[in-house]
Formats: sequence, C-alpha cells, structure tokens
Amino acid sequence: MKEILDAIDRWRATGQRIAVARVVKTEGSSPREAGAAMAVSASGEIAGSVSGGCVEGAVVSAALEVLAGARNRGLISFGYSDDDAFAVGLTCGGTIHLYVEELDW
Amino acid sequence: MTTYELLSDALRSMRPVAFVTIIEGAGTGSKMLVELDGSSLGSLGDSDLDRVVARDALGELAAGRSSTRHYGSHGEARELDVSVFIESFAAPPRFIIFGAVDFTAALANAAKLLGYVVTVCDARPPFATPQRFKMADEVVCEWPDKYLARVGVELGQRDAVCVLTHDAKFDVPAIVGAVATNVGYIGAMGSRKTHDKRVERLLEAGLSDREIARVMSPIGLDLGARTPEEVAVAICAEIIVLRTNRKPLPLRDTSGPLHLETR
Repeated sequence: MKEILDAIDRWRATGQRIAVARVVKTEGSSPREAGAAMAVSASGEIAGSVSGGCVEGAVVSAALEVLAGARNRGLISFGYSDDDAFAVGLTCGGTIHLYVEELDW
Repeated sequence: MTTYELLSDALRSMRPVAFVTIIEGAGTGSKMLVELDGSSLGSLGDSDLDRVVARDALGELAAGRSSTRHYGSHGEARELDVSVFIESFAAPPRFIIFGAVDFTAALANAAKLLGYVVTVCDARPPFATPQRFKMADEVVCEWPDKYLARVGVELGQRDAVCVLTHDAKFDVPAIVGAVATNVGYIGAMGSRKTHDKRVERLLEAGLSDREIARVMSPIGLDLGARTPEEVAVAICAEIIVLRTNRKPLPLRDTSGPLHLETR
C-alpha cells in the first residue's frame, strides 16, 4: 500500500476516482503475500502490483468495472490456469484472493 | 480527515497501524484503524465485533502479520458471518551492527535492501562517523552494552544484531547485552578459533550454554563468501533462513512448494 500512496495522491489531486485491489489471502505457491496492492485510476492508470504480472490485466478490468458501477466491491479470486490456456490465472500453481473496491473512504 | 488520509499519514510517518476491512458479509467495505496503544478509529458496524477485531488486529500488528479472519456478526469465534482482512503496517525491523569495520558498510547496504532500519554502533569515535556509513539510518558512538541497555527493550523477533568487531573488548559486552533482549537474530563474526576463544570469555562473563547457543557464530550461511559484499549476503541469507526455517539448497535439487502458505 505504501508504494502506491504517491500515485493515489496524484490522482486524488486531479479529482479522479480510484479503485484499489489488495491481496487478502493466498493459497499454495503465489508470488506476492497478503497486503500486496494495486491502484487503478478511472482513466486507466496503474500503480503497484498484486502478482508476478499474471493477473494484473484482469484486476485492472475488475477495478474499472467497480468504478463504472458494473461490479460490487468484493472478492475476486485467481487460480491455476494450466487446464485452460485462455483463462487468467497464476502460472505458479497457487490461488490468490483479492478484495477490490473504490477508494471512497 | 478521511480514513485514507489517516492511513497514508500513518504509513508516511512510519507509525505502526493495523488497517481492518470487512471483505465479505454484512458491512462489506467497513473499516477500522487500530494503533499500537490499542486505540481505534472507525467501526465495522457492531461494537462487540469492533472490540474483538481490534484485539486480534493488535496481535497481528505486534507480529507484523496480515491475515483474513472470520467472525460471527458480533465477533463470535468459529463463525463465518463476516470475513475481515487485517493488514498490518508494522514499524520496519531493526538491524544493529556493532563494529565500524570493513564489512560493516556492505552489511549495512544489504540490510537496507531488505528493508531494515540500520544502526551502526562503535565505541571508537574515529570509526563511528556518519560519513563512513552514509547508508545507515543512525551511527552511534557508544559502548555496545550501554547502547543495548538503552534500546534493547525495543528489540523483538524481527530484529537483528550483528557483532562484527571480533575484538573481545567490544564483542563480549555486545553479545552479553544482546542475549538479554528478545532480538530474533544474534550473529558474531570471527574464525572458528576466534569463536572458541569467545565462547570461553562469554562463559567467564556468566552466560549460560543456552544463551551462547543463541549466537550464530561463525556468522553466516556457508556460501564460500570472501568479499565484504559476499559476506553480507551470507549473513542476510542466514537471517532469512532462520526465520523461514528452510534448508537452503538450490530449489532445482529439492521438491515441495516454493512459497509458504499465508492465512
């Protein structure tokens, strides 16, 4: 969270809405621990990361959906994706659970 | 001030704080900030739930751990009405190096890389200068036992003390002072011969076998390190391995999961 504060403050200063995704739980092998965080501005700018780059794209989509009102604040999970080459998942075999919400607090 | 402003203020000023969010169940999105003195701001929507979660958050903060926990709607244990993410922003761990010697600068750099707040302490004024250790957060010219008598009570499992003087005059009081604290790692530099002599002196100084066994000496993992920088890596690797309780081998030659599970 600490490493994304500067970006968040910059976006806040320009009046942009912001969504934040945080890793709240991991199972098995996963690149980042609980607490890893990523912020997405309404214009699609990104700060921070929540995995080794495997799921960031899907998290940005989910964050923008939250800002657009198309998704409620809440949990989103990503698991192993070897069975389905097109699904978004962690190549390392673990599962991560993220909590995504608008930074309206 | 908004919750975000309070949180970012705490993080920027490195004030330890636990940030609590309901992530599933009634009140999803509700937040609470818990400080080390037990005071809290915000509410999860139920005073009993607030009380129980604040208590657990304080424990997680003290351990420097973040986790998702489940409670009943009034904070009951073993119920699953709400899931709560407790995120700990603990103060960075401390790394104290006794002895302003050749190896000290490299070790201080490595410790900074790992996120420690680094102190270099040496009783000899010409050696203990901030100019020589620009990377250190603090350079203290003081006897190790006096310094530890002052700050030792603040040290815990996440902190480290490394004694690099390999001069009995300094390293015996440093080690005697360090074993009197709850510091998680104590390492002392020196050859096996130096180590044997030092053990004798530590016994003379009144330490028990158990206290002496807390000291990692000779210091560091057996990497075959020679330069100060390599030795710094060997010491930091040892600190990591003692925390994770792993057997350091090339991952190619082992099996099992790479990462330990977190709750």
